[in-house]
Amino acid sequence: MTVLADRPAAAVPRVGRGQALLRARELGICLAIILVFGLTTLKNSGFAGVLSVEQLLTGSALIALLAVGETMVIVTRNVDLSVGSVLGLSAYLVGDFFKHNPHAPILLGFVIGIGIGALVGAVNGVVTTFFRVPSLVVTLAALYIVRGILAVIVNGRRIESDSIPDAFQKIGYENVPGIDRLPWLAVLVIVVVAIAAYTMKSFRWARDIYAIGSNPEAAALAGLPVARRVFTAFVISGALAGLGGALFLAEFATVDNTGGTGYELLVVSAVVVGGVAIFGGSGTAFGAALGAVLLNMINQALGALGVSSFWTNAVAGGLLLLAIAFDRWVGLRVARSLRTGRGAPA
Amino acid sequence: MTAATYEGTAAAPPAWRNLLRWETGLVVVLVAVLLYGQQSSANFFTTTNIFFIGLNMGEIAIMALPLTLIVIVGEIDLSVASMLGLSSTMMGYFYAHHWPIALCMLGVLAIGLAGGALNGWLVTGLGLPSIAVTIGTLALYRGLAEIFLKDQSVSWASVKLTHIGTKPVSGTELSWATLIFLVLALVYGVVLHATAVGRSMYAIGLQSEAARFAGIRVKRIKFQLFVLSGLVCSFAGILWTLRFATSRYDAGTGLELNVVAIVLFGGVSIFGGKGSIFGVLLAVVIFGCLQTALTLQNVDAQVQNVVTGGLLLLSVIIPSGAEAWRRLKTRLGTRT
Repeated sequence: MTVLADRPAAAVPRVGRGQALLRARELGICLAIILVFGLTTLKNSGFAGVLSVEQLLTGSALIALLAVGETMVIVTRNVDLSVGSVLGLSAYLVGDFFKHNPHAPILLGFVIGIGIGALVGAVNGVVTTFFRVPSLVVTLAALYIVRGILAVIVNGRRIESDSIPDAFQKIGYENVPGIDRLPWLAVLVIVVVAIAAYTMKSFRWARDIYAIGSNPEAAALAGLPVARRVFTAFVISGALAGLGGALFLAEFATVDNTGGTGYELLVVSAVVVGGVAIFGGSGTAFGAALGAVLLNMINQALGALGVSSFWTNAVAGGLLLLAIAFDRWVGLRVARSLRTGRGAPA
Repeated sequence: MTAATYEGTAAAPPAWRNLLRWETGLVVVLVAVLLYGQQSSANFFTTTNIFFIGLNMGEIAIMALPLTLIVIVGEIDLSVASMLGLSSTMMGYFYAHHWPIALCMLGVLAIGLAGGALNGWLVTGLGLPSIAVTIGTLALYRGLAEIFLKDQSVSWASVKLTHIGTKPVSGTELSWATLIFLVLALVYGVVLHATAVGRSMYAIGLQSEAARFAGIRVKRIKFQLFVLSGLVCSFAGILWTLRFATSRYDAGTGLELNVVAIVLFGGVSIFGGKGSIFGVLLAVVIFGCLQTALTLQNVDAQVQNVVTGGLLLLSVIIPSGAEAWRRLKTRLGTRT
């Protein structure tokens, strides 16, 4: 107990500053989003319509959803590169399920998607924690293994929109009645983000994840079930990617074996831009979702300015690098100010 | 005397034996793959097929060499395939802007140097984790390629030099890429295993802090390795362009899987400080033969990735397997 009591006491000023920084980060992203929005509107007055808001919400919904799960994994100081492939696998299998069971309840589609994702996540989690090998390698392998298995299953076919129930498709493109331009897709993702944000703030097991990411050895010594928590993070990431697959199917209505290709880069980028430290231990689901919105906003803005629609990857990569470099710079400054601050009273 | 005996009996043999065991395993795997290849097609052991194995593996094998050193010093470079793609793209872009071919190539190599230097600076100058940095540049370099060539392609079909990509070196049955790889492998092997710089790379990978206190210029070596990787990958991009006689932004997409898989399957530890060029050489041959055997059996490229991914997983799981098993037994033991 004394050990536990010591730690918060020493860490109090740091937590305060850390949280202030995080708050500034989310505020900063909001400002960046508004800035990009404003500047683009100045150049192209058509950009500010309700239509673009809808496009923004729909366009960033899936990446934001995957970013929530990725946040949990990255906070534990791991990474999940398989999310894009898991999304593709889930999207196709859910579509295939509806093709063979046209009258199945649509909720079952989501359950199947989440189940498939959770299964892959569990495999990632078991291999990573049981063998204690870097998740980078495990999920890089999973990225291609899952995609390859998908190719075998798909075997050149594709699911067409007429085999997907209408009610299911409507989730992908219909708006909430009564509210102009608010897609169901966005509502669902906002709910998931809100639940995740609340969970990661309030539940003990979720706080463990932050402790593990801050210092895995210390967390293990303090008696936290490190392997189990990391495993859980991978399962959640997989499950959300699976849910993303079901939503992908609802949104696009046709699916082959390429769904979600390359999403992992956008997701990791959104998470890191959203203020989740790549070293683990800090960051919020809300920030990650905002990161996804910012990425999408920049790409929409580039499109509206007639620059090109080929900038997605470069923007994602460039912002990721800027974000980690910025975080490092802020971190060094905070460390310096803490040192001098601690030195003064002594 | 006692120190020497201690070193001789306790410290040195296990490491040496481990290394031997992994590479012995690779030889066994190689024999199995060769048998499988012979069974898959009667044409497997023909000179033409051997030529094509070398051709298909060329760029991947060449990119695996600098990555071997990077993994040995405890870092990773995931941007290799994107750098290849960017190089191929820029070569086409320059060519489409009527640059002379030599200048196209020099320009591409300069881009490789710059890209590698960016990786190296972010990792050593800013102290960022190479995983995050090279995931970022993986997206960035591919994205830049996309911006420059969009969905167009530039054809090199009329350029005579593309013979380098498709014809064997005169008088032999080896492709140019194979020959270049073999020469480079020799150079890398000598540098890694027989020079002070090579030894210091192992030291960095085992204990970077201790290596620094021992006077090894950790940051400089790491920076140079990333620059080297960028340069070599852009060179691989040139070979790729000559082989396919076309420049597209998506050249070599996903090859990082193969390159990383070869390095780790070759016995280089993902935790750094362990591995040999010989092991990587064996892994290259195994992957090349396996890939060709699967292709002869009409296995789809994406399905081949399952095999590659599986081998990648095995190469990190097997070294940790014994340890994990012991942990499991102690845990079960304490519970009962």
